Amino acid sequence: MTSQQPAKPGHPLKTILAHRLAWPVIALAALLLLNQLFRPDFLALRMQDGHLYGSLIDIMRNGAPTILIALGMTLVIATRGIDLSVGAVVAIAGAGSCAYIAASPEPGSPATALTAVLIAVVAGLAVGAWNGFLVSTIGVQPIIATLVLMTAGRGIAQLITGGQIISVSNDNYKAIGAGYVFTLPVSILITAAVFALAAVLTRRTALGTLIEAVGINPVASRLAGLRSRNIVWIVYVFSAVCAAFAGLMISSNVTAADANNAGLYIEMDAILAVVIGGTSLAGGRYTLTGTVVGAFIIQTLTTTVYTLGIPPEVTLVFKALVVITVCLLQAPKARKVFARLKTNAQSAAMEPAKEKVAL
Amino acid sequence: MSLSSTLARRAAGKTAAPRRQLRGNARYAPTLATLGLFLAMFAVGAGMYPSFLSGQVFLNLFIDNTFLIVLAVGMTFVILTGGIDLSVGAVVALSMMVAATLLQQGWNPAAVIILVLLIGSTLGLAMGLIIHYFDIQPFIVTLAGMFLARGLCYVISLDSIPVTEGFFTGMAQAQIPLPGELFISPGVVLALAIVAAAFFVLHHTRFGRTVYAIGGNENSAMLMGLPVRTTKVLVYVLSGLCSAIAGILFSFYSLSGYSLAAQGMELDAIAAVVIGGTLLTGGTGYVLGSVVGVLVLGIVQTFIAYDGTLSSWWTKIVIGALLLAFILLQRLFTRKTG
Repeated sequence: MTSQQPAKPGHPLKTILAHRLAWPVIALAALLLLNQLFRPDFLALRMQDGHLYGSLIDIMRNGAPTILIALGMTLVIATRGIDLSVGAVVAIAGAGSCAYIAASPEPGSPATALTAVLIAVVAGLAVGAWNGFLVSTIGVQPIIATLVLMTAGRGIAQLITGGQIISVSNDNYKAIGAGYVFTLPVSILITAAVFALAAVLTRRTALGTLIEAVGINPVASRLAGLRSRNIVWIVYVFSAVCAAFAGLMISSNVTAADANNAGLYIEMDAILAVVIGGTSLAGGRYTLTGTVVGAFIIQTLTTTVYTLGIPPEVTLVFKALVVITVCLLQAPKARKVFARLKTNAQSAAMEPAKEKVAL
Repeated sequence: MSLSSTLARRAAGKTAAPRRQLRGNARYAPTLATLGLFLAMFAVGAGMYPSFLSGQVFLNLFIDNTFLIVLAVGMTFVILTGGIDLSVGAVVALSMMVAATLLQQGWNPAAVIILVLLIGSTLGLAMGLIIHYFDIQPFIVTLAGMFLARGLCYVISLDSIPVTEGFFTGMAQAQIPLPGELFISPGVVLALAIVAAAFFVLHHTRFGRTVYAIGGNENSAMLMGLPVRTTKVLVYVLSGLCSAIAGILFSFYSLSGYSLAAQGMELDAIAAVVIGGTLLTGGTGYVLGSVVGVLVLGIVQTFIAYDGTLSSWWTKIVIGALLLAFILLQRLFTRKTG
């Protein structure tokens, strides 16, 4: 009795269901369908003032920061790591860029906005390099290494803003989170570009394989002559830079930097997106597409709560139940139990007497 | 007395003892470093502010952090097995909300406390069972537990609920006088009793030794025939129970229930445990170290309160820096011994 029988090649449905992305995609489709049932215009898109509008666009736009961070998180998790500091990086990036714009002589010029973006990216690079240094060179456990900045990072962001919420008015800066290009929100385009970049870099070069090798067996990959230290370093820097961009989006969308609440718990959402998408927290094989689907599921879930008229207070309970369900369904042990139940049911149908023995 | 037995005794008594002592010292080193740091900070405080060097300032560290001490005790158990519990802050908030709501409806305080402890333990039990039986990482399960508990808080109420019940307000105001015009709160006595109980359980019972064994190497512990399954689940039950007790203590302290209370407290508890010298990989650490860790966090806050010019965010930065220093220290010691 094996738990994972290879799908019979002749049965197309089984082949589809055996794909690792099948269940996340089905879950997302079911959620969207549920919304469509309750609000018939849910899936409709319309043009207005040259912009695309609709719930789907809203989901993508609101989910963009989470997707971005989850992409970085996927690579970190693939190397058996985890990055808890991303929420703090969101706060630092937003605080740094908004503080710069507010203090600059020309708060409205495009050059100021560009410098602000650069500041955020440099901050992300610095944080990522620091995390990578702790994990790869010093050899600290990833959870703890990034916990340091998760705790201290928000303090640093508050230090930058002086404990205030800094509001800025710069149209170029505002465009990052709230602007439109080619009828689509800029934040979606940025996220799509990062996704494409990450996919090409890791799937068209050896980098992806190297990352998986480090995650599956760090010692073996080192003995095989792989510079795992550099790989680990790269993924933490990538994750932090993604978080910095997400910080720019969040702060530019509300044209203010809130060191306390910007990106609060976003690390949790990102980790959930990765797990729901089908990447194991134990490292190794990862799927960027799955992560994007996972992030969409989380964002759609939030939207569903509003569509169904569930009071917003219940969102977290709802989310917790979905997360537990998805994790249980994905757990290898649960699958084994299901597989056993299935074979039991089949054998029970044929030989009812044997059921008790099998159970 | 035969020669061989003398030799054996000499071997056991003279060569093994110093080595064991040495190894023992290295094991205690992170905790001793924390204690040294605490004493140094207290001395610096005494030098800077004349009123700092008083017994009451020291006792206030306990009075203001009773809930954190209890949380750190539960967290120490979990971390010793190599797990982690992110739900504790949310369970504290949920306990406060349940207590405040039921007291407002005129429940008997004893019944309320029992119910709250039951809820905390049940949540812990559920998480422990899922972690063990489905083999899902503690990180994710307790994260979901955190969402669930926090969400239940929102469901109960979004507003702050005051506690006006007699027993709770009595506990909030009660002072136990100590010699020298000092006093402590009843909560401190409870917290220290829990610490003592945890110390006894960890070092003098089979359960405690199994906790250390699981943290050292789960597979070895299983092969040795230790009750790994029960212990692993029980550790999360304990952590849930400690969170519920901490919630009651926090209610005594703040006399209200608020769904956003105790946000980020799980991080404080983890930080206290790490600063106290417990290795996050499990297997090494002391519950007394975690208590000293809480005191170090408390003294950082006292410093900032005494100074008056430093803003509250310096607390976070200093705690982060301390965390870093102790992680590096741990790395140093584990490299030397291991």
